[in-house]
Amino acid sequence: MSARTYKWIGTRPNRPDGADKVTGRARFGADFNMPGQLVGKVLRSPHAHALIKSIDTSAAEKLAGVKAVVTAKDFPEQENITVPAGEMQVNLRDVTRNIMAREKVLYDGHAVAAVAATTEAVAKEALALIKVEYEILPHVIDVEAAMKDGAPILHDHLRTEGVEPKPTKATNIAKRIDFAKGDVAAGFRKAEVVVERKFTTQPVHQGYIEPHAALASASEDGQVQVWSTTQGHFQVRGFCSRLLNIETSQIRVTPSEIGGGFGGKTVVYLEPVAIRLSQKSGKPVKMVMTREEVFRASGPTSAGVVEVKIGATRDGRIVAAECMVALQAGAFPGSPVGPACMCSFACYDIDDIKVVGYDVVSNRPKVAAYRAPGAPISCWGVESAIDELAIELGMDPIELRLKNAAKQGTKTHYGPTFNRIGFVETLEAAKSSPHYQTPVKRGFHRGVAAGFWFNVGADSSAAAHVGEDGTVTVISGNPDIGGSRASLAMMAAEELGVDYEKVRPVIADTSSIGFNFVTGGSRVTFATGLAVVNAVKEVVRELKIRAAKIWEVEPEAVVWENGMAKPASTNVGEFEPLSLSQLAAMAGKTGGPINGHAQLNAQGAGPGFGVHIVDLAVDHDTGIVTIDRYTAVQDVGTAIHPSYVEGQMQGGAVQGIGWALNEEYIYNAKGKLDNPGFLDYRIPVASDLPMIETVIVEVPNPSHPYGVRGVGEVPIVPPMAAVGNAIARATGIRFLDLPMSPPRVSAAIDAARPKMAAE
Amino acid sequence: MSKTHVTTTINGEPVEFLCDTSQTVLDVLRDQLGLTGSKEGCGSGDCGACSIIVDGRLVCGCLMLGAEAEGCRIETIEGMAAGDHLHPLQKRFVEMAALQCGICTPGFLVASKALLDRNPNPTETEVRYWLAGNLCRCTGYDKIIRAVMDVAAELRETAR
Repeated sequence: MSARTYKWIGTRPNRPDGADKVTGRARFGADFNMPGQLVGKVLRSPHAHALIKSIDTSAAEKLAGVKAVVTAKDFPEQENITVPAGEMQVNLRDVTRNIMAREKVLYDGHAVAAVAATTEAVAKEALALIKVEYEILPHVIDVEAAMKDGAPILHDHLRTEGVEPKPTKATNIAKRIDFAKGDVAAGFRKAEVVVERKFTTQPVHQGYIEPHAALASASEDGQVQVWSTTQGHFQVRGFCSRLLNIETSQIRVTPSEIGGGFGGKTVVYLEPVAIRLSQKSGKPVKMVMTREEVFRASGPTSAGVVEVKIGATRDGRIVAAECMVALQAGAFPGSPVGPACMCSFACYDIDDIKVVGYDVVSNRPKVAAYRAPGAPISCWGVESAIDELAIELGMDPIELRLKNAAKQGTKTHYGPTFNRIGFVETLEAAKSSPHYQTPVKRGFHRGVAAGFWFNVGADSSAAAHVGEDGTVTVISGNPDIGGSRASLAMMAAEELGVDYEKVRPVIADTSSIGFNFVTGGSRVTFATGLAVVNAVKEVVRELKIRAAKIWEVEPEAVVWENGMAKPASTNVGEFEPLSLSQLAAMAGKTGGPINGHAQLNAQGAGPGFGVHIVDLAVDHDTGIVTIDRYTAVQDVGTAIHPSYVEGQMQGGAVQGIGWALNEEYIYNAKGKLDNPGFLDYRIPVASDLPMIETVIVEVPNPSHPYGVRGVGEVPIVPPMAAVGNAIARATGIRFLDLPMSPPRVSAAIDAARPKMAAE
Repeated sequence: MSKTHVTTTINGEPVEFLCDTSQTVLDVLRDQLGLTGSKEGCGSGDCGACSIIVDGRLVCGCLMLGAEAEGCRIETIEGMAAGDHLHPLQKRFVEMAALQCGICTPGFLVASKALLDRNPNPTETEVRYWLAGNLCRCTGYDKIIRAVMDVAAELRETAR
């Protein structure tokens, strides 16, 4: 694709929702209210694993001010079938059990009952009056412990899928998946150097600052309105429809502004419960999670075990690679082990690869998608092993990656052959970046790692409406989680040839625009952008028809340039160009309103690659890691709004730094989460960090009119290994377990000291 | 339980309200006065999304009781713009993309204003430590810090 010049693409205009978001006017999930609304609260399990013997809600129901109480009995049983949700597949039988425990509670924080009352104080008092009789069962938290024979079993019906012959015994291993390319045993026979390591990660939470919130109002005629903070209001509608047996057209979901999601708001927790409470009470019901509830009962992502073996020849050619990934899914099957396996070696062109994955249940909250789900876990292992290989071979870590980089035509171990990708360009850009070209400061050490994410296309609908003054409303159905209104409006303005300010983007509720898959998978600017472009193309087609009508020529004789209809050539005749506003003003006389619509299933999402560079220092006494300099380099296809592209790269990098250095779920011996708050679950704060430098690489995606690739997910993949690789160079210790928090780092340094002294 | 009558000033306007003794200022602002610009991210003073200025001092609205607001002068995000003129911080946050989802933004703006009100010439380190009580999960803080530094320079220039 040749470099094109654009009027709007690649510029940095103010976002359309900017003023609302800096004045407090923007309404987020908890900011919606209705007259006469009740407050809904959830009773949660204090146990990690227990049978529910009985639930007595009678005392709560009698409390003055309590208008409804629900338990699992109020939700119909669901079939054991799997449907897509977010970037993952979910089983409806499991989802209904996750929003309200049935036979058993499966984790600390699992919802057991809910009440709706006139005030929050009454609702809390009512929760305390609900008597639940539990029979406590042995629990299992860690993924490897859950896989062992004799581990406490969460689901008696669970048999490992993907294993022949089909097992007959109940297990916590829900699934085994296999990927292979070539002959890995033969590949390793060619290897002169082999690195083999076992890595682990802990669950980390998406950590969005806005807790889950929903307001539901069910009418006597069966119609339901929901306002909620979600990455996918169509998914909220779909889930509520299935879980409560309500037709989708009866449910109207309006998305609020969303205060972060990162994948964690692609599923439902509160919405079906709020609807059921509203149905039973006849009043609107508002539910907002506390931060503690967010930690105990939503998200997080998986803990994982990653065994990596990589073989290379002395000249740095990787000849074979093998990986086993076991991911903990939480209380119900469905970890992102698939993408974890697929992303593991996707950066590299290796002849012989074998990857095996296991999806494992344990007594933790059911995991939800988190930014490039699964990929950061497998890549933590793979990219650490590649670094060790570079050290072993005495090669520059970027050179080693360049020598083995996947490129157009590389067949992946999970099936597809790459089309045009930009990994080589990204590595070259990293190599020539100001950061990499600058020698490391004294006392600091440098780490490098790469990362990959597929990016997603899927279903999108959009409309473009021309107003009577020639300004345009662009209507789409994806919550704007980080500036997508701006990028959609910019593409529409570019396509129409009008000013960005003349295009007003709107996010419609589920009853006002066609179906849209979630805001996730880094798909909105790509797929919904494509739908917007197509809707605008339809507007342009119609505008040309109107101009042709006015000039009494054929529509083919009209072209659209710079926001105006013009004769295609002098042969057509001498006509003054007609502007969008002129054509809009005459619309009534030329055929009526001018609108465009588009709906599609977007194919060809361009894979994204990133390379991160970090310089850091390790305090050998305290184990504190200080990051001095950080650079994220990424192929983004085309940066529609570079500021928000940089923002994605910076934000993803910092989430990854938190994952690397601090964040983890800590359970006590009873299986209770010990750190369900921001004080003890420490996400990075401003004083932990330097500026995050960015290098945008643009290798346009041939499947998008403006070359867009997804951006948001790649940047969380490399940081853990980049940080670990720098720490390895700083301390001589290869860290295998995340997080590399001060106590772990200082303990490892202390343990290594006698050995180092002896050497 | 009887309610407490509180007389206070919010964004320059005299305001009276009745609150339960257990209600926080944040609860009162959001649930009784309709000022939902201040956000609750944690309810424990860890995230700063509810940052407000009380008698010139930056506080977490979730850590102060409504009853304690008696006689206080409270500034919230809703009072930051002057009429239809955004405060320079608000303007630069939009221009420099210092927000992504926007949930933490009111808190960051109020906290940044409190900083610049007392220190018009902060170093990057001072900005980073002052804002360490405000959590942002989207931006990695880079563009926020840059915007605050930029506005500080701009305000110093205008003050000359």
